[in-house]
Amino acid sequence: MTADYDAIVIGGGLLGATAALFLARGGMRVALFERGPLCREASGTNAGTLTMQMTRVALIPFALEGHAMWQSARDWLGHDVGMVTCDGLSLAFTEQEADLLSDRAAKRRAAGAPITLLSPAEAQKVEPGVSPDILLAGHCPVDGFTEAYSTGKAFRVALLQAGVAVREHTPVDRVEHEDAGYSVVSDGKAMARARRLVLAGGVWIEPMLAWLGVRLPIKTLINQLAITERVAPIMRSVVGIASGLLSLKQYPNGTVLIGGGWQGIGNRAEGGYALSPEALIGNVRLACHAIPALRGARLVRAWAGLEAETDDALPAVGPVPGHADAYVCGSVHSGYTSGLAIARHLAAGILGEGAGPELFPIDRLLRQSAPNPTRET
Amino acid sequence: MNAPIASTTAASSADVAIIGAGPAGGTAAVTLRSRGLSVTLVDEAPLPGGQVWRALPQTLKSGAADRSPDRIDGDKLRGALANSDVDWRGDRRVWSVMRDPQGFRIDALGPSGTETIRARSLIVASGTHERTVPFPGWTLPGVMGLAAATILLKSQHVLPGQRVVVAGAGPLLAAVAAGILKAGGEVAAVIDQNGALDWLGASGAMLSRPALAIRGAGWVRRIVGARTPVYRRHCVVAAQGETDLASITIAPVGANGAPRPEGRKDLTADSLVIGNGLVPGTEITRLLRAEHRFDRDLGGWCPVLDGGGRTTIEGLYVAGDGGGVLGVDAARAGGRHVGETVADDARAVANRSERRPTSRRRPRFGAAMAHLARLRPAHVASIPAETVICRCEDVTRAEIDRAIDEGADEVNQIKHFTRCGMGPCQGRFCGDIVAELLALRQAGADDETTIDRARARIGSWTARVPIRPVPLDSLIGDFDYADIPVPPPAPL
Ligand SMILES: Cc1cc2nc3c(=O)[nH]c(=O)nc-3n(C[C@H](O)[C@H](O)[C@H](O)COP(=O)(O)OP(=O)(O)OC[C@H]3O[C@@H](n4cnc5c(N)ncnc54)[C@H](O)[C@@H]3O)c2cc1C
Ligand SMILES: Cc1cc2nc3c(=O)[nH]c(=O)nc-3n(C[C@H](O)[C@H](O)[C@H](O)COP(=O)(O)OP(=O)(O)OC[C@H]3O[C@@H](n4cnc5c(N)ncnc54)[C@H](O)[C@@H]3O)c2cc1C
Repeated sequence: MTADYDAIVIGGGLLGATAALFLARGGMRVALFERGPLCREASGTNAGTLTMQMTRVALIPFALEGHAMWQSARDWLGHDVGMVTCDGLSLAFTEQEADLLSDRAAKRRAAGAPITLLSPAEAQKVEPGVSPDILLAGHCPVDGFTEAYSTGKAFRVALLQAGVAVREHTPVDRVEHEDAGYSVVSDGKAMARARRLVLAGGVWIEPMLAWLGVRLPIKTLINQLAITERVAPIMRSVVGIASGLLSLKQYPNGTVLIGGGWQGIGNRAEGGYALSPEALIGNVRLACHAIPALRGARLVRAWAGLEAETDDALPAVGPVPGHADAYVCGSVHSGYTSGLAIARHLAAGILGEGAGPELFPIDRLLRQSAPNPTRET
Repeated sequence: MNAPIASTTAASSADVAIIGAGPAGGTAAVTLRSRGLSVTLVDEAPLPGGQVWRALPQTLKSGAADRSPDRIDGDKLRGALANSDVDWRGDRRVWSVMRDPQGFRIDALGPSGTETIRARSLIVASGTHERTVPFPGWTLPGVMGLAAATILLKSQHVLPGQRVVVAGAGPLLAAVAAGILKAGGEVAAVIDQNGALDWLGASGAMLSRPALAIRGAGWVRRIVGARTPVYRRHCVVAAQGETDLASITIAPVGANGAPRPEGRKDLTADSLVIGNGLVPGTEITRLLRAEHRFDRDLGGWCPVLDGGGRTTIEGLYVAGDGGGVLGVDAARAGGRHVGETVADDARAVANRSERRPTSRRRPRFGAAMAHLARLRPAHVASIPAETVICRCEDVTRAEIDRAIDEGADEVNQIKHFTRCGMGPCQGRFCGDIVAELLALRQAGADDETTIDRARARIGSWTARVPIRPVPLDSLIGDFDYADIPVPPPAPL
């Protein structure tokens, strides 16, 4: 087999694009295959919140590193994706939420996130727009957000400059494991060969791993988001609630983005094709309860994107068992925050640097012949 | 998470829901009711009538009775609806439409909060919106659309300005100019993109509807009678003014619709009423992911329909200009026809019999008028670089071209590279122009056949809820924190 590239990455979301970028900068010849335009699935439709207070404890170190990478993105990526650094607040309105908040803040603090608890009066100093009904707030000075929709624009330029062969609008049908590596087939044609393979398909890592006969069930979350028209400044921090079901901030252009993982309607094959009006109204009520002045705004658009979740809700990042030099990189919860760091570490591992590529090995998640939980593409 | 929430939400159901109470939707409602089906008819306006058969607000009714054909037809429809037991829901802004196991679910914002309507079948009769081909200065106060001017004239009896220039393409030009003159206003000039030859080409079709042709001739007589200068085969290339419109520049156009550099002329005016044709309102059919096709003559992207107005989605129908711009006469006839189809289909389902295929010819008159008002690629190609294309987000043609240079090769990616189409109008006004600009670049030509092929490939922006912007305040109503169905906490 003649290898065209040293590594092929399939899936041009944030994780695949980051892995491809750092592999190329590490000296490899890299091709990146994406079925649509770059970063138009989870990585271009997500809320872009870079908060520690929604991050899983095990991911806090990566999230802190990812936050720092976004802050310095102008230097290493050439584009800052509209990054704003600000305070983050997580609110509790009931005794139950206050308990949850204290408990979660302590665990995240132990993992390295600089979270402290504030009284309502202290919280009001951080965020004058916050509801007077709060009982307690978690505060973290390491927070912020980006304009996630411009992720593809930023990475496209950087990838091309790094010499990556960017193949947009090229859906991969399957991958064949040959003697000396992997051959990628798109539209029935063998497109490229390489010794190394990285599968970074977001919610589609399940069908991608199936190409290699590996069964890793992935649940597809259909996260809804809603955005308002431009309004006068009504808030200056990232606001969430103890349970993690709210993510709220105002962009410099005045629009307010409302999210938190309320579920819409869709599946992996058809995308998030409809919004649940109940979930939308519930999410907006929660947002207006947290920041009362938001009530005066108009809703302009709402949409749904697909986020991947493994059985234990921890990432699937590491070697593919039984397939030399094949790796999977996906299912990172709040992956816009920690995904940069995780994919960069994986690339370093593949390049033979750092602690190796076994970040979140997937052996724990594999099934023999369990039924497929979701419909197939 | 989808548990019912205590709110202002009221629910109801019907055999058929119709969105839009213009000539198409209103007529379909009356037809369906006469066939014994229960019908809910929803519209944003307080009274049925739609764009052309618009009702006069209660407050203006005292004056001299308006006996125009549109008012008479509109009153007839309003009378028929009032005498039927169609469930009429005026003042309702539909913000969400989705499929559900029983058919369709429609959520509308009304005077007392959001209402949910469920129906087995849905007819979308939501009409069109206007297109303007941007030129420097088109966003100045004093510049408005032909449709907006019509509303001012018809429902508020207000003139758009002291000295009005009426410009653009298609039959609305003469109608608006004549309307301004009739209301006692001054029309400084009429700027028509089409020439005598273009109109001559349409004359055969016009004779197919003598009553409409005679009405058109009446408008022209009024314009000629007032000695209003008419510039044929001209278009507006710029508008100037410090804070408000003061003057405009016009230029002769070539056969392909592009303005020529020579022969330009300035006209003073404090108001410019302009429209370059109409675009079918396809937000709802796109939201529901029905199949669409690009047809320049019908206004651009249109849902794929069979002769009975059936879309590619079971139970979803389109009537009127939302299926392709063919005008009021075709909309009324289409409304009746689609109503009959829906009733036939409902009976076929009940009797488990084969649905009757339906076929219909495209009406010649409407088609000829729409052809005159079609978008000309060469006109779009002539837009200067610094001209604003997306007025909500202030995105210029140069920025769109740069995004294409940076690798945005489809319309949704252009949007994410530039924010074009992300404002309150959600690309209703700029979407067609942005896609045309991309098609021009990708095709490397400006003839209509080549551009049409590129447009079909390029597609259109993804439609999402809300279908129109809605105030959060009325959307969420009054509630207790405890009633918000907050899902269980995310994993730690
Ligand atoms: C609505 C929403 C809001 C979110 N909010 C936040 C937040 O505020 N903060 C945060 O940190 N995280 C957030 N997340 C999570 C975050 O967006 C994801 O963790 C992250 O973007 C995942 O990146 P990815 O590269 O793994 O997946 P994706 O971005 O989905 O990329 C996978 C890519 O693979 C491509 N692909 C699939 N199949 C093929 C094939 N056969 N051939 C070629 N290409 C293929 C897809 O087209 C896609 O581009 C949110 C997620 C969603 C959906
Ligand atoms: C931080 C941020 C701020 C934003 N601010 C604004 C704003 O101010 N205003 C605004 O309007 N928008 C805003 N957006 C939203 C943006 O424009 C998009 O709406 C959002 O990114 C989601 O895109 P979409 O799903 O609506 O459409 P698209 O990006 O076009 O995605 C459509 C998806 O549906 C899939 N699809 C379509 N049809 C089918 C089918 N038949 N079968 C299978 N799949 C199908 C496509 O593959 C694609 O994945 C913002 C987004 C972000 C991330």
